[in-house]
Amino acid sequence: MSEKIERHREGAIIKDDLPEKMEVEINEVNTSGDYKESPVYIYYTWCKKCGICVEFCPTHCLGSKPDGSPFVEHPEKCIHCETCDRLCPDFAITGAKR
Amino acid sequence: MAKIPQKRIHKYLRHNKKFPHVWCPGCSNGIVLGAIIRAIDELKIERDDIAMVSGIGCSSRMPVYVDFNTLHSLHGRAIPFATGIKFFKPHMKVIVVTGDGDSTAIGGNHFIHAARRNIDITVVIVNNNIYGMTGGQYSPCTPHDDVATTMPYGNIDNTFDICKLAIGAGASFVGRTTAYHAIEAQQMIKKAVSHNGFSVVEVVSACPVIYGRLNKKGGAPEMMTEMKENSITLKGIDKLPADKKEGKIIRGIFIDEKRPEFNDKYQQLVDHLKEKK
Repeated sequence: MSEKIERHREGAIIKDDLPEKMEVEINEVNTSGDYKESPVYIYYTWCKKCGICVEFCPTHCLGSKPDGSPFVEHPEKCIHCETCDRLCPDFAITGAKR
Repeated sequence: MAKIPQKRIHKYLRHNKKFPHVWCPGCSNGIVLGAIIRAIDELKIERDDIAMVSGIGCSSRMPVYVDFNTLHSLHGRAIPFATGIKFFKPHMKVIVVTGDGDSTAIGGNHFIHAARRNIDITVVIVNNNIYGMTGGQYSPCTPHDDVATTMPYGNIDNTFDICKLAIGAGASFVGRTTAYHAIEAQQMIKKAVSHNGFSVVEVVSACPVIYGRLNKKGGAPEMMTEMKENSITLKGIDKLPADKKEGKIIRGIFIDEKRPEFNDKYQQLVDHLKEKK
């Protein structure tokens, strides 16, 4: 932990932290473990459970879990409109096509 | 945890240092930041050629999260700092992100005089109708009769119309949109950044945690649905009967004119005086 803080203090660009190597949690529904097949993926570490993506999804592709966080309920309904991506205030959801 | 490819916006965010961000659940600031990032991505401007300046407030925390040249300055004084940057580095695109209280109350004087000067700065005003960060005091944009912590029995003051103020002060690009209309916001910011002159984009946004709770407006989805239903485009407002016009949020570009810009005029003056010698 202390090592991490020290790296942040230096403020320099560290090679390991390049965006290409960023690791985020994969969508739960995607049981195969292949993100390329799921239409939408969600970073649960960034999500604040505001409910905007579930409310404004035009095809009701997303559903909400009991705790309020979203998940892909009907992957086949997704039309890749990017509404959830644009309206997410936390940058926590994205269309997998890109 | 498993590896996934990076999103387009990861290129512009300090995602490995500052996330998840400090804004409340459902706050529209993230949507506006996303719109700004997408607009800049479409314009294909280098990250080093953009300066993002802000004052103090919820929305003014945006420069902390983006990987441009950023400056987090004094409360209400973002525009003077931005003027300095633009004056010294005229090739830079300077974007100021402020809130409604930051730009119209505390920095109101700076705002109108920068508009009068018509210097090439883009000001994105995130209008959430309240001072969110400092605890819910009423701002010049709090609607009449709405509750704030310093107006517990309802606001008795009238509201500022930021777009009319900017037009009156002499801004050459003025537009208004809402956080729900994210694509429109993106297009408008894109136009504003490429416009040569003082450009103002007012983004009406939702503050579900402070303003929404005090006025019982519901959560973020409810407030954004209200934005969707209660707003109308500039073309649509003419067709409405007069009694239905009240309380509507008018979206669209109000003014988009070509006027002499401050830096150009200054350079002309310098050249003119050199010739005289």
